[in-house]
Amino acid sequence: MSAAELTEQPRGGAASSPDGPRGATRTTRRLSSRFLRSELRLIFGRRRNQAGLLVLAGVPILVAVAVKVNSPGRDRGGPDFFSSITDNGLFVALASLTLELGLFLPLAVAAIAGDSVAGEANIGTLRYLLTVPVRRARLLGVKYLSIVIFALAATYTVTVTGIVAGLVLFGGGDLTLLSGTQIGFTEALLRVLLASLYLGVCFASLGAVGLFVSTLTEQPIGAMIAVVVFSTSSFILDTIPQVSWVHPFLITHNWLAFGDLLRSPIAWDGVQQGLFVAAAYAVVFWLAAWAHFGVKDVTS
Amino acid sequence: MGPAPVPSRDAVETAVATSGLTKRFRNQVAVDSLDLVVPTGSVFGFLGPNGSGKTTTIRMLLGLVTPTAGRVELLGQEMPTVAESVLARVGALVEGPAFHPYLSGRANLARLDAADRSVDPRTAPVRIDAALDRVGLLAAATKRYRAYSLGMRQRLAIASALLRPRDLLVLDEPTNGLDPQGTREVRALVGSLSDEGTTVLVSSHLLSEVEQMCTHLAVMHVGRLVAQGTSAEVRAGSEPEAVVETDQPLEAARVLRELGLQEVRSDHRSATGRLGAIAPEKIVAACVHEGIPVLGFRVSSPSLEDVFVALTGEGFDVSG
Repeated sequence: MSAAELTEQPRGGAASSPDGPRGATRTTRRLSSRFLRSELRLIFGRRRNQAGLLVLAGVPILVAVAVKVNSPGRDRGGPDFFSSITDNGLFVALASLTLELGLFLPLAVAAIAGDSVAGEANIGTLRYLLTVPVRRARLLGVKYLSIVIFALAATYTVTVTGIVAGLVLFGGGDLTLLSGTQIGFTEALLRVLLASLYLGVCFASLGAVGLFVSTLTEQPIGAMIAVVVFSTSSFILDTIPQVSWVHPFLITHNWLAFGDLLRSPIAWDGVQQGLFVAAAYAVVFWLAAWAHFGVKDVTS
Repeated sequence: MGPAPVPSRDAVETAVATSGLTKRFRNQVAVDSLDLVVPTGSVFGFLGPNGSGKTTTIRMLLGLVTPTAGRVELLGQEMPTVAESVLARVGALVEGPAFHPYLSGRANLARLDAADRSVDPRTAPVRIDAALDRVGLLAAATKRYRAYSLGMRQRLAIASALLRPRDLLVLDEPTNGLDPQGTREVRALVGSLSDEGTTVLVSSHLLSEVEQMCTHLAVMHVGRLVAQGTSAEVRAGSEPEAVVETDQPLEAARVLRELGLQEVRSDHRSATGRLGAIAPEKIVAACVHEGIPVLGFRVSSPSLEDVFVALTGEGFDVSG
């Protein structure tokens, strides 16, 4: 891109028109993150969403304080991070993620994803965005990217609050894995952050479902409820052995595999399958959203 | 010296041209084979009763709604194939203002500007404040949108259409909710934009507004275009009328008929008839000659409202 291309060229004698210089318009199109940044400001600047993040951050604090006040007994079965909390504060983050992945985290992602298009349609700003103009595929792209960023931010809100609360109340040091092996604190910290990244990606795929539902309606609350119903149904189906053939295809089936990253050696099977399922859901539902919204009559 | 001049944008004679534009929602035809022609540089009044298809037409022009049939050409280019490059040159106010309630007026404009890839982000603050200033909202720029009155919301919507220079403005009911001063300001604004070379398409049901602003008119009725042309052309179909005020209206009506006036009618204190080719000065003389006391006499052109009602012929009911 040459400098000349970026030079603004005043057109005619209207350069001093009161609505700003005619040269304000650019002929070249650069890849710009302006719209995405505006979208993120909208999401993270909204009181409702800030309150939601606070609730997400409240759980690890509650867990840490509760365990500190009253140490839990052992032998509860499964990847029970609770019983290890007193050994190492990092387990507060893992225990909180386990608690929140059933409802709170999916709900947070559902609220943002459900609001993405339906919210704009609901208050009418959608028609003004489209006439700016914003191409519909670009709108869905920016909306989805901001959902992904929010899903990661929500997950890391839980993780980071958990790590801080845990380290303050229980301290850090070497960490004894569920498989019995000991690893250094730095590696343990990295593994916890990696496990959160994995979960964040899983929630981002749920966000694609939300984006699709959001293009179907002008009611953001309805879209949000639909997404929560979707993820909860997936959890329920996952517990019914008679339909075990469907389990590998469920969006939530591999979410708990994040715990596998805390084993030694790391059991990659579940995580790999989980990433594959997440990618499949993200692609299929984004394309469904595009196929539907791309030709939809916007009458809101 | 310098590069060859780009072809003038004014070379395109019609800012908006549709042919056979049709929209069917399920079983209902909202817009029926519309052939709209908005000449470049005009202030075009787009009239029609509620539910006549104006907004659906505007939504089709802007690519929000896909036509069932027909074509739309904006600024000489086919829609929606080139939607992005053309729409950047079109400012629009569609079916009332809509903004994020918890953002300020300025933040709302910044949001729309951020979505526009055709503008320079470095000039955004200047352009946003210029647009706010132009609609008289600068003092309330930091107030949340939810605290705005309807008139202020309407002004903000107009400001959003002025964030960058436009070749065409589509304003759907721009004076809705504005106080008399605001209405005058919008009229002045439309005038000055038009002077700068912007084509303005105004849809409105405030006929006196349209009468004062517009050079061209189109009237829609039940999805069809029933009249289109310059203001003079649209009003040409309706001839001036002579009104004789008298205490013998029946006698006066008889005289008018004898003189050859059409559609003569009378009420308790006057007689009225369509003048046609009859010279108005004959009428008073004829009445006086017949011994009818003439209390008053005037020749009046029908108002745009009369023309509108004549074309759309409707009572109070909206078009199905």
